[in-house]
Amino acid sequence: MFPTPIEKQSRAAQLTYQSLLPVALLMWLAPLLAVALFSIKPDTDFTNANYWGWPSSFEGITNYGKVFFESDMPRYLLNSVFITVPTVIGAVALSTMTGFALGVYKFRANLWIFFMFVAGNFVPFQILMVPVRDLTLDLGLYNTKTGLVLFHVAFQTGFCTLFMRNFIRALPFELIEAARVEGVSEWRIFWYVVLPLMKPALAALAVLIFTFIWNDYFWAVVLTQGSESQPVTAGITSFNAQYRAAYHLMSAGSIVAALPPVAMFFLMQKHFIAGLTLGAVK
Amino acid sequence: MADTAALQTSVDTRSWFHRNQQSIAPWLFLAPGILFFLVYVIFPVFQSFNLSLYDWDGLGAKEYVGMRNYEDLYWEFVDRDAFYVSLKNNLIWLVLYLLAIPAGLFIALFLNQTVTGIRLYKSLFFFPFVISQVVVGLVFSWFYDPTFGLLNVMLGWVGMGPINVLGNEDLVTYGIIAAGLWPQTAYCMILYLTGLNAVDPEQIEAGRLDGAKGVRMLWHVVLPQLKPATFIAFVVTIIGALRSFDLISIMTQGGPFGSSRVLAYYMFEVALSEYGFRMGYGAAIAVVLFLIMLCFIAYFLWSMYQEEKGR
Repeated sequence: MFPTPIEKQSRAAQLTYQSLLPVALLMWLAPLLAVALFSIKPDTDFTNANYWGWPSSFEGITNYGKVFFESDMPRYLLNSVFITVPTVIGAVALSTMTGFALGVYKFRANLWIFFMFVAGNFVPFQILMVPVRDLTLDLGLYNTKTGLVLFHVAFQTGFCTLFMRNFIRALPFELIEAARVEGVSEWRIFWYVVLPLMKPALAALAVLIFTFIWNDYFWAVVLTQGSESQPVTAGITSFNAQYRAAYHLMSAGSIVAALPPVAMFFLMQKHFIAGLTLGAVK
Repeated sequence: MADTAALQTSVDTRSWFHRNQQSIAPWLFLAPGILFFLVYVIFPVFQSFNLSLYDWDGLGAKEYVGMRNYEDLYWEFVDRDAFYVSLKNNLIWLVLYLLAIPAGLFIALFLNQTVTGIRLYKSLFFFPFVISQVVVGLVFSWFYDPTFGLLNVMLGWVGMGPINVLGNEDLVTYGIIAAGLWPQTAYCMILYLTGLNAVDPEQIEAGRLDGAKGVRMLWHVVLPQLKPATFIAFVVTIIGALRSFDLISIMTQGGPFGSSRVLAYYMFEVALSEYGFRMGYGAAIAVVLFLIMLCFIAYFLWSMYQEEKGR
């Protein structure tokens, strides 16, 4: 099939390809389909060892209802929202400014500062763990959403700066030059000339960071405990401890936890992929 | 009089600012970002280096012990086997995780066609990357479950006995890596799909005229054009392999008998988990992990620098 386009091949090859596609997809997503199946099964199916068979009855509404009304799940979900949204806004705002500074101005430390952001972004979390936890404790922000948000904003600024700076580099510099000749102040150039051109980058970063932060588990465990401030990734593990053998509830809970980033991806697919693949095409 | 003087200075400052705008503005734009990054990322790295020279339980007084934490690691005085098992597992992760790159390329080539609905297929194949590793870990621990897991059901079809992947010291790390490869392959696939979009059809045609087909075409014509995608796939996969934590924490908590630990997880265990609050020792482990990562970071920065110079 490769690299000949399929439409140039024989009818038989085309039909084979088109029937292989759904088979491959089913195999690829089998683990997720299994969870989806679990989440609509009744409890009795698991006690009767009917794990993989057809559900004896469809209990989707009951299972998801229990997750939403009889567990801490809504609380964790809400925490995740209150952690993720401010982080996205903060990291995007900070990095738009740093990216602008590093992309537009020539000064001696430019490349060094840029490399500091890039290198910091690659650092293993463990080397930050003890000092950051300490700092958060000292600030009185341990076990608060604010504590998590502040760290996430700071850390994500590394990746976002890389992204923004490269994006701004690719903009037509003549626009900025022209504005300077007109005597427009630098702040106004940033706000009225560059920012409007950056809408696609802002969207791409926002969805990416949303997914990263929503899915973060490590920092949630290090900087928070208990349902009043933990996000849904940490919540689902305590959910796991609580409902160890209740596979139908665990499955429903996992699906609920996974849904927001999935929805985000489908809504903003174009931007999401543009963000991820930055630099992959030259 | 005073008023006019004040006015005068304010006009002066404004014009001074105006004159030097271009050299001051970048620093004003950079200040908040740099401040945050220094406080939360750069300083902590050095603090951890410093901390690794102390014995500290996180609350009481720190006791300076010099290199003793590193000696303990080297001779494994504190935990028999733990350090070298983690190091070995990190190496296995590093090598096997790279399989995500060819696997991603393979799926990308498979999906790189224009038939109806292919866009939906592409995004559904990307699914595993979008969901949290916590959920991936849970799903795969059910998949491996010795009593009802799908893996053993399938093994049963070919007449093989049930195996407990996550309870087997020799298999556990490979089992977890397989789970990790699932989302990582999806990521590499997307990188390659984007790269393939930009492949020059004229070069393919030229290659075909020269009689290149199949693997030869892939190796000599397509892959060179996918070099940027391969580089990024390499970067994110290496970083992902060395950062592996979530899956281990969810699927085995380092077990059985610590056989699935990696440095990232071992460090967490030593410093925060039930192994308890040996912050200095944990910092020493983190420093080792950091130094390993630093080799790659240096390499990435070096390649970026080469590219910047070329501009």
